[in-house]
Amino acid sequence: MNGAGLNEALWALGRGTGVVALVMFTVAMVLGIASRSGRPLPGLGRFGVSDLHRTASLTGVGLVAVHLTSLLFDPFAQLRLVDLVLPFLASYRPFWLGLGTLAVDTLAVVAVVSLLRVRVGPRVFRAVHWATYALWPVALTHALGSGTDRGTLWLRAVAAGCVLAVVVAVGWRLTPSYAERGWSRHPRRTA
Amino acid sequence: MPVRAAEGCLVTTRLHIDWTRCDGHGSCAELLPELLTVDDFGFPLTRFADRDPVVPPRDEDAARHAVRSCPVMALRLYDAS
Amino acid sequence: MTAPPGTRLLLDGTGADHAAHLARYGALPRPGLADLLAAVHHSGLTGRGGAGFPTETKMRAVAAGSRRPVIVGNGLEGEPLSAKDAVLLGRNPHLVLDGLELLARALRARRTVLAVPADADTSAVGSVGRARGVSVVPLAGGFVAGQESALVHQLEGGPPTPQDPFTRVTESGVDGRPTLVLNVETLAQLALVARYGAAWFRGIGSADDPGTSLFTISGSVRHPGVVEAERGSILRDVLAPAEPMEASAVLVGGYHGAWVPASGLGVRLTARDLAAYGVSVGAGVLHVLDVRACPVEFAAEVADYLASESTRQCGPCLNGLPRMATDLRRLAAGVRDNALPGSIRRMSRLVTGRGACAHPDGSARFVASTLDVFRGHVAAHLEGWCPSAQRRAAS
Repeated sequence: MNGAGLNEALWALGRGTGVVALVMFTVAMVLGIASRSGRPLPGLGRFGVSDLHRTASLTGVGLVAVHLTSLLFDPFAQLRLVDLVLPFLASYRPFWLGLGTLAVDTLAVVAVVSLLRVRVGPRVFRAVHWATYALWPVALTHALGSGTDRGTLWLRAVAAGCVLAVVVAVGWRLTPSYAERGWSRHPRRTA
Repeated sequence: MPVRAAEGCLVTTRLHIDWTRCDGHGSCAELLPELLTVDDFGFPLTRFADRDPVVPPRDEDAARHAVRSCPVMALRLYDAS
Repeated sequence: MTAPPGTRLLLDGTGADHAAHLARYGALPRPGLADLLAAVHHSGLTGRGGAGFPTETKMRAVAAGSRRPVIVGNGLEGEPLSAKDAVLLGRNPHLVLDGLELLARALRARRTVLAVPADADTSAVGSVGRARGVSVVPLAGGFVAGQESALVHQLEGGPPTPQDPFTRVTESGVDGRPTLVLNVETLAQLALVARYGAAWFRGIGSADDPGTSLFTISGSVRHPGVVEAERGSILRDVLAPAEPMEASAVLVGGYHGAWVPASGLGVRLTARDLAAYGVSVGAGVLHVLDVRACPVEFAAEVADYLASESTRQCGPCLNGLPRMATDLRRLAAGVRDNALPGSIRRMSRLVTGRGACAHPDGSARFVASTLDVFRGHVAAHLEGWCPSAQRRAAS
């Protein structure tokens, strides 16, 4: 493969992994809300929902890692290491990329805290995990504005599907009956 | 049921529920149906009136899965020998 | 050192007067840890706060820690039927402080605290304590607030909520240090043992439960109040000075205790003899129920109170206790549902052992005891009449 071919491959890989990562995080959001509800999903049970949530999240993290690596090596993206940490300093579409940086930074904190949750304790874990509600929309916006696929029908369709899924899940999350986990009982005092 | 480890000593593993954290999510009872069921309010109920039930060796993997699966980290396994 | 005569060593204190205190009881000895442990071991002293835990065991657990411990005197007395700790702190604060001083010295404590209820007048104890280098801390009350880990949690600045018992406070409590929490009466008893010896302590009371104890007598008696009596005394004898009126039963151990029916008032107040009724001496609460008072009504009110005092952390307690209370209320009100006793018993078994503290267990014990001891009365309710109401109408 010649240089131009390699660059195109990296660019394609970058875009592909980005979109699939977005879908993964959407699945993770929905399953996270389903898990917190304490209700089983058919065939999965409750533990299956938690397991799948974890798998989808970690897969998303892995995809983001490939997404970043391929873009770092692709000259078209003009991505530098500093852009992975500090937002809005990039040369190519700085605003949209900056959102990606914010998303990645947040994702890193959430992922690390989640993997170390036994160490940090449930209160810190829960507090940090709330950041996912900010992470997802930022990641979605980044996906819609960055890259050469912006404006395409297929990307908009995928994004619409993701938005629909999350809106329905969050809507359910906000209903009063959600909190009892399906049982008739008094609310506990939590730490 | 205790098991003899290689050195010939008995190892008894017990499952401890931190009731100040438990929110009756229910993963644990799904993963350890022989040890746990669920009460009228959705909270785990040990089948044999043990406060911290003994985890037989065949259920140890499932127990570890349950500990990981608990969303509020209310479970732990410990050596009660 | 010889003890003053009589069995009112705890109650006949000298109040705030330290000099008079030393004149009456003698100088406070300064034993090292080994000697103090030996004395406590031979005395057989058990906790006077309700759980009756062997004091030596707790001391050893704290001594085994690698960090310098914290000693806490527990004067919170959350049980509404109990007044002995308040009386002791008023009449004999120096004896309690002696106990703290002995332990602080022997265990090389980093900090010594006396926890008292914030809603009580603690100015006297406060100044006496401060003069002797003890930090007197007023804390929020509540039924469960006196539980060890809840007390420690408050001292750490948190709410009075019990913590997961997996980590005992004797391993890690205040500031993460091994913490020794003892009831104020236990501390006072310790101060007597240190002065007069284990043999002296064993000379009073019974062989398996030596020494004296403070008892709070309440209910249908002419002279309610706090008395001091030997452990192992006959219940009837301990109640006698209070002049009980016609009793159907006595509640031993407070709201987490159990009933001793009128026919059983000859029982000795020791762990072994009371085990037949499913209870121990506890914190010495003796509440006399009049024959004209409905025990089911009483139990329903207590169950309501106990449900409201749940700290609401643990699902089974938070949900199970109100269920028991509701069923008892219905039983008391004369709802003729034969399933009620069964469903109350079932719920009492369901909550036992499933919480961070013994609140559900104690509540279950009390409720189950009511159904057992007043079986006939409950049966009458289910048939549509109340024996106590009839008594009231007749008198």
